[in-house]
Amino acid sequence: MNTTAKPPAIRLAGISKRFGQVQANQDISLDVEAGAIHGIVGENGAGKSTLMSILYGFYQADAGYIEVDGERVRIRNSQEAIACGIGMVHQHFMLVDTFTVLENVVLGAEGSALLGPGLRAARSALSALAEEYGLEVDPDALVADLTVGAQQRVEILKALYRGAEILVLDEPTGVLTPQEADQLFRVLRSLADQGVTVLLITHKLREILAITSAVSVMRQGQMVATLATAETSREELAELMVGRKVLLRVEKGTADAGDTVLDVQDLQIAGLGARDGVNGVSFSVRAGEIVGVAGVAGNGQSELLEALSGIRPIVGGTIQIKGRAVTPSAPSDPHEMRAKSVAHVPEDRLRVGLVAPFAAAESSILGYQDSPEFGDHVLLAYRRIEAFCDDCMETFDVRPHDAALRTAGFSGGNQQKLLLAREFSRAPELLLVGQPTRGVDIGAIELIHKRLVAMRDAGVAVLLVSVELDEIMSLADRILVMFEGRIVGEMQAADADERTLGLMMANAHGTGEAAA
Amino acid sequence: MSGDAGGNAPRWVGLALLPAVNVTLAFLVAGAIVAFIGEDPVEALRILTWGALGSAEAIGYTLYYATSLIFTGLAVAIAFHAGLFNIGGEGQAYIGGLGVGVVVLSLDQALPGWVLIPLAALGGAAMGALWGFVPGYLQARRGSHIVITTIMFNFIASALMVYMMVNVLIMPGQMTPHSREFEAAAWLPFMHDMLGAVGFEVESSPLNGAFFLALICCVGMWLLMWRTRLGYAIRVVGHNQRAALYAGIDPARVIMLAMAISGALAGLVAVNTALGVTHRLLLDFTEGFGFTGIAVALMGRNHPVGIVLAALLFGVLYQGGAELAFDMPKITRDMIVVIIGLVILFSGALDRMLQPTLERLFTRRAPVASEDAG
Repeated sequence: MNTTAKPPAIRLAGISKRFGQVQANQDISLDVEAGAIHGIVGENGAGKSTLMSILYGFYQADAGYIEVDGERVRIRNSQEAIACGIGMVHQHFMLVDTFTVLENVVLGAEGSALLGPGLRAARSALSALAEEYGLEVDPDALVADLTVGAQQRVEILKALYRGAEILVLDEPTGVLTPQEADQLFRVLRSLADQGVTVLLITHKLREILAITSAVSVMRQGQMVATLATAETSREELAELMVGRKVLLRVEKGTADAGDTVLDVQDLQIAGLGARDGVNGVSFSVRAGEIVGVAGVAGNGQSELLEALSGIRPIVGGTIQIKGRAVTPSAPSDPHEMRAKSVAHVPEDRLRVGLVAPFAAAESSILGYQDSPEFGDHVLLAYRRIEAFCDDCMETFDVRPHDAALRTAGFSGGNQQKLLLAREFSRAPELLLVGQPTRGVDIGAIELIHKRLVAMRDAGVAVLLVSVELDEIMSLADRILVMFEGRIVGEMQAADADERTLGLMMANAHGTGEAAA
Repeated sequence: MSGDAGGNAPRWVGLALLPAVNVTLAFLVAGAIVAFIGEDPVEALRILTWGALGSAEAIGYTLYYATSLIFTGLAVAIAFHAGLFNIGGEGQAYIGGLGVGVVVLSLDQALPGWVLIPLAALGGAAMGALWGFVPGYLQARRGSHIVITTIMFNFIASALMVYMMVNVLIMPGQMTPHSREFEAAAWLPFMHDMLGAVGFEVESSPLNGAFFLALICCVGMWLLMWRTRLGYAIRVVGHNQRAALYAGIDPARVIMLAMAISGALAGLVAVNTALGVTHRLLLDFTEGFGFTGIAVALMGRNHPVGIVLAALLFGVLYQGGAELAFDMPKITRDMIVVIIGLVILFSGALDRMLQPTLERLFTRRAPVASEDAG
């Protein structure tokens, strides 16, 4: 980086923000060099999103100030942020599905009561931007018809069209295949080359190392370090994020697979909403192995998990679990599956696996609320439920250890630990696990991964669905790749590499091998 | 982390202070209106409270109204816990009256009171349950919105009752549509009679044995919601249907059951009015208790203790309001409706308006400790 007298594109000085008793940001200072790609990493709850929300005017800082290009600014809402040249690409896109790309880009910046002139101006601006930065999107396509990667490009175009010179991206690769992510990074590099400053918020250390020039680490509301990316390493960043040494690799021996526990033949499931479901997948899972299902979110994995756990009816094919053949004419239900020692850790813990406003003790029996150990025919035995919850919290180190606390009051990692403790407590023979570490802090990830491997070693058949390729590759013994409701690839974890899996996830692997 | 500043405010702020502030605001606005039409608001407030609480008779009336409101408030609350907005308490109470009336009119010459009264109450509950179950079924199995169907069921109940009263249950040989008087076996004892029997002479009022039934229902509702497997299932469905499906709870079944229980509770209103006081079936005996029950449940935070307190408040407004309309000529019955409407507006519709402010106020004062949050 050349040291000129140019002021930093953004300077945050002494920013503090408190929500109730939570100090979300504490005295945070940060300089971001103009034209740089600057990464901000930190665990969930470290205060990254709060900091960016302050920069974008959603929240007001309790203390401290912001400078843009050396000038002190007050940002009270998103309009003022845009006026300062700050553009934000949210984790969840803020697009109108039924509008075209062009209409989405001018939305909120129409310029006049009549749409015509604004749209014409936007059209020429878009083609200029597309050429300059390699952001090609058909301006007349409906957003709903675009791939996720293309929708993200529309978000970036929106920001640039509004004159953004500072682009903030919040977890931009969460929904992308590795190839789409690479494409995004190329765009970001060309933006930076043209003088746009990029702030990249992520928890994926690999991305930070791949693309940023500088990186700031946040922990518990504080900025603990700002480093030149070239001079740091994954291990160092992870340690800074967590505050102690962490094991990034999962230590596990080779699988000792036994009998087949789950056998799925030509399974067909109707999709959620307008999406395709599952169109004829066949696979099996044996005792003592972890089978990983990789794929970009929304390619049938959710439906697959729900069907296997008895929640979602199937349309065709069979599911064979412990001698029971589930078919469309002989459907199953979650009760039966639990009775067959199938445990299910759903993908969305707070909306499916737990009840947010319930006390932890009440959430700790969800799914087993009819079990005889928790009461008689009519009444629930609350003392026993609390004792059970205590046990769960003990074995999985859930903090705070308080069975009466509202479920939503726990951090994501601790909610997940409570949920896992509940599902593990029943000595399952088949364990269905969806996104076990989504939104979970690194310390808890370590523990959850260890416990999953321990379950495998104890002879449990584990089916693991995750969109995190790292997780699949480090945990699974065998990997299936799903694309548009089909299994497009299968390989032993030992032979897997990210590139091959990524190509399979985008189904660009060549149709010849897709039948494997 | 979250932007929810209120998560750490003490519980009593939401449970007690907020309703109190809301009611105070409602009274301030009502007072301004009273002053505007040229009456003294302080005097009006005095008449209202005195009229509702100033004598044993006044208290008796207040508690009598509160009894009906407890039934309908509990009814609305149970549906709420299942995530359903039961607007049909009025119709369920009305049809419940039909159940009570039919049982009593057909059996009161044959059975003694200790059999007849429980049977009549069961009849009321059963008919109310039916009137709640049908919209529940339509919601659960056919996807018809419960708000719409329960409103429509109020109208159907009303029309059906007019038909029944005018054509079937009317006392022969008269013009006003009410049934014959029940035999004394079906009469619930008055509170003043019961107290008199144990040596306390009090003024007579319509307060009767149904008051105890209402309190029993409160305990029962607490047990049901927070101690039984069914209550657990109802609350899971109410908070989160996807979690219910995951847990193997059938939301459709729970919705129908919850609506039936809800309707059954509303159906007990006639026990208080018909068996307790009028001793015959009248047209429109529900007097809006079903609708006010919505406000009672909202204000009482869907918890039986809160519902009793809110029912008492509305009992005071009903009874004190009647006295006020009597004593202050410029304040008509309609003005009382306005005042009750203001209480409903502030404690129901604008319920959450002041919540963030109040909670922030008390969160700031709380000591700041937690470092390990998040």
